Amino acid sequence: MTTPLEVSNPHQIDNPRERKWQDYFTFNTDHKVIGIQYLVTSFIFYFVGGFFAELMRTELATPASDFISPEFYNQALTLHGTIMIFLWIVPAGAGFANYLIPLMVGAEDMAFPRLNAIAFWLTPPGGILLLSSLLVGAPQAGWTSYPPLSLLTGKWGQEIWIMSLLIVGTSSILGAINFITTMLKMRAPGMDINKMPLFCWSMLAASALILLSTPALAAALILLSFDLIAGTNFFNPNGGGDPVVYQHLFWFYSHPAVYIMILPFFGAISDVIPVHSRKPIFGYRAIAYSSLAISFLGLIVWAHHMYTSGTPGWLRLFFMATTMLIAVPTGIKVFSWCATMWGGKISLNSAMLFAMGFVSSFVIGGITGVMLASLPLDIHVHDTYFVVGHFHYVLFGGSVLGLFAGFYHWFPKITGRMFNESLGRAHFILTFIGLNLTFMPMHELGLLGMNRRIALYDQQFQSLNQLCTWGAYLLAISTAPLVVGIFLALFRGEKAGDNPWNALTLEWQTSSPPPILNFNNTPIVTRGPYDYGHNPTEAESVVLTDAQSL
Amino acid sequence: MNIPSNIITLVLGIALTLVSLWYGQNHGLMPIAASDEAEAIDGIFDVMMTIGTGLFLLVQGILIFCLVRFRRRKGDTQDGPPIEGNVPLEILWTAIPAVVVFLLAIYSFEVYNSMGGLDPHASHDVGLHAHHSTSTNQKNMLALDLSSKNLAYGLGLPSESQDPVNLKVKVNAMQYAWIFNYPQGSIVSGELHVPVGKTVELDMEANDVIHAFWLPEFRIKQDVIPGRVTELVFTANKVGQYPIVCAELCGAYHGGMKSVLYVQTPEDFQQWLKDNSVEESSGETQKISSAAASAESQFIVPHIKSLGLLPEPEQLDQLHSKH
Repeated sequence: MTTPLEVSNPHQIDNPRERKWQDYFTFNTDHKVIGIQYLVTSFIFYFVGGFFAELMRTELATPASDFISPEFYNQALTLHGTIMIFLWIVPAGAGFANYLIPLMVGAEDMAFPRLNAIAFWLTPPGGILLLSSLLVGAPQAGWTSYPPLSLLTGKWGQEIWIMSLLIVGTSSILGAINFITTMLKMRAPGMDINKMPLFCWSMLAASALILLSTPALAAALILLSFDLIAGTNFFNPNGGGDPVVYQHLFWFYSHPAVYIMILPFFGAISDVIPVHSRKPIFGYRAIAYSSLAISFLGLIVWAHHMYTSGTPGWLRLFFMATTMLIAVPTGIKVFSWCATMWGGKISLNSAMLFAMGFVSSFVIGGITGVMLASLPLDIHVHDTYFVVGHFHYVLFGGSVLGLFAGFYHWFPKITGRMFNESLGRAHFILTFIGLNLTFMPMHELGLLGMNRRIALYDQQFQSLNQLCTWGAYLLAISTAPLVVGIFLALFRGEKAGDNPWNALTLEWQTSSPPPILNFNNTPIVTRGPYDYGHNPTEAESVVLTDAQSL
Repeated sequence: MNIPSNIITLVLGIALTLVSLWYGQNHGLMPIAASDEAEAIDGIFDVMMTIGTGLFLLVQGILIFCLVRFRRRKGDTQDGPPIEGNVPLEILWTAIPAVVVFLLAIYSFEVYNSMGGLDPHASHDVGLHAHHSTSTNQKNMLALDLSSKNLAYGLGLPSESQDPVNLKVKVNAMQYAWIFNYPQGSIVSGELHVPVGKTVELDMEANDVIHAFWLPEFRIKQDVIPGRVTELVFTANKVGQYPIVCAELCGAYHGGMKSVLYVQTPEDFQQWLKDNSVEESSGETQKISSAAASAESQFIVPHIKSLGLLPEPEQLDQLHSKH
């Protein structure tokens, strides 16, 4: 068994319980506080976005538009998509990155702590602004907001939507600057880049995408805003503009956005599975470099969202080629995770349940993704429930399950308490059944002829829709053990200790929660982050030295 | 009796392959295929279902096996074996998916080409009236000079097709109706009628926002975009009625924006044309054969009014088409 070093701390800097709860509501530059702020904020928006989803699924239990008006339904679907993307998954990824990166590389804090706090504090106002659009009529053109429709309906709601996205997009960019700089410049002595945990590699890839693609979204939104309120005609054909240009600008960001949403959780899974299988990650370099490959390829696939739009055949075929290609680095990861588990000693705790559920669901989303890459098939299923099924498998089955795997894995480190395993298991079972019941029937619905973004549908689709609605209700219920478990753990949870999982990465070599400056002494790294299974009499992975003797 | 694990793995592999092959051909997930192109698309979809089923069973199987076989036994605090990789295996699972997606890409290209996706006709000078641009505006447009030629994007004539386009219908999309304009009989209708076995070209324009014309049973779809003309070409091979579905969010009643395609025998089609066309000598105003009386058709009447074709009171009860 690998025994992490006991830390004797004659130079302890401060008591980890020095943090007061009030600190979490202030402008605080500690990356751990900021990480928790991001995570709590994003979880709140998970419930808000989920609420709109439940409204939609309740409407869709019957073919007629009889629960909410079709206009409000479109508002609900626009807010659901926007919130889940920009206020749940993206900031949650930033939350994990904020909390973990300095700890994982052995640094005291991020490279630019004040910029980091600014980045977080842009998020709640952006979210509240978005929700305030309900007061003037929320936008109704979907999270994609294609003009001319977005120029014609719910003008002020649409403008509020644009403003809030510009705010949260800025937050994302500022965070990425910090992540890259910290990882490249502040690693502890002895941590060369190939000893960095894979969560960090995937955040490198995601941050590069954020920096390169978010400005394109800003451009699209600013031009749309000019059309909306200043009478310009960038996207208005009546004035010589072209709505397809918006689509190119929008998707140039929004396709990389989906990789921004999955890469952090790829990284989390790559860290969770080795620990709970007691085996090194299989193919460290392959996983690290395939993250970079996904990042690069992710920038040249965007027009596969436009296969039926104003795009010529040669352009559609080019993007089909690049989109097909991106399946290869993704497949490498899935097989590597499977190979990591194979032959290991799996502890089936909540973190590992969610990690295995992630692999199970993500592969389904990946398979339908390759189908969607094929141009002739996509011509049929574009803008149908087949696509809705696909992206919920990769976003819910992928990102969200990966998020929960990370949540259960790092909960003891962040809070210093153990989460009740029975509640975690209940959360997993309800979530896993709920997600499959909600999203699997959608593939058939799309193939048979049900288009998306509709409040009223053809009678023949009702029985499958009812399955989806029951699944959605199950997903709502699944949040109960999660919420109960969080409060139970925070107030009555068993103390976690420094390293309840006997893991080897640096964050586990300090207390739970860590002291304000993370480590009592500068860590010096001599072993890899996944060196499980080596001779137990060998030296431990980390030697903590007194900083003064360096 | 101890069966060697190699044999068990082999048998499982064979079983997985057979199940995938069977399910790929028998999934029953697609609606009826009403054109030759639809059958080609179903062919590639079946191949992708086969591969997908195989991969699905493989990964889920591995997960379940790990769950059962590689659980940590109570009291075992030792680590697992320090295996960090296996280069030949990693090369294999990189190469095989790369080859598979490469072949799928080639097959997809073939099918797309056979659907007319690369047809020069789909990017030709459509020559329809340009709504809003003057010729001077057009001259100053994009460097590629696309607008001045009113390039039509979409699916055109399949490359190997010998048949010329038999029937051209102009399609107007608007919130929330489809209006079809038949040049021969000067018919304006809310329904699309075509003869079976003949090549039909749709030239589509949108009046307000982006819509999309989708025929699920034909597996074809094309966005209808204001300011440009887009095109679809197809040849139906089965008589019947098929839904036309708008497939781009166009407003609150996007879900109700539907119409019907009637594929008829040539005789029935000629009869329909005759029954619904204008008799110019009598100077009648255009009769309007409207969409079948479905809940959604109420949207059509105001749009027909806005097209300047106001039905006389006596003609209101003629607003059901004669098939």
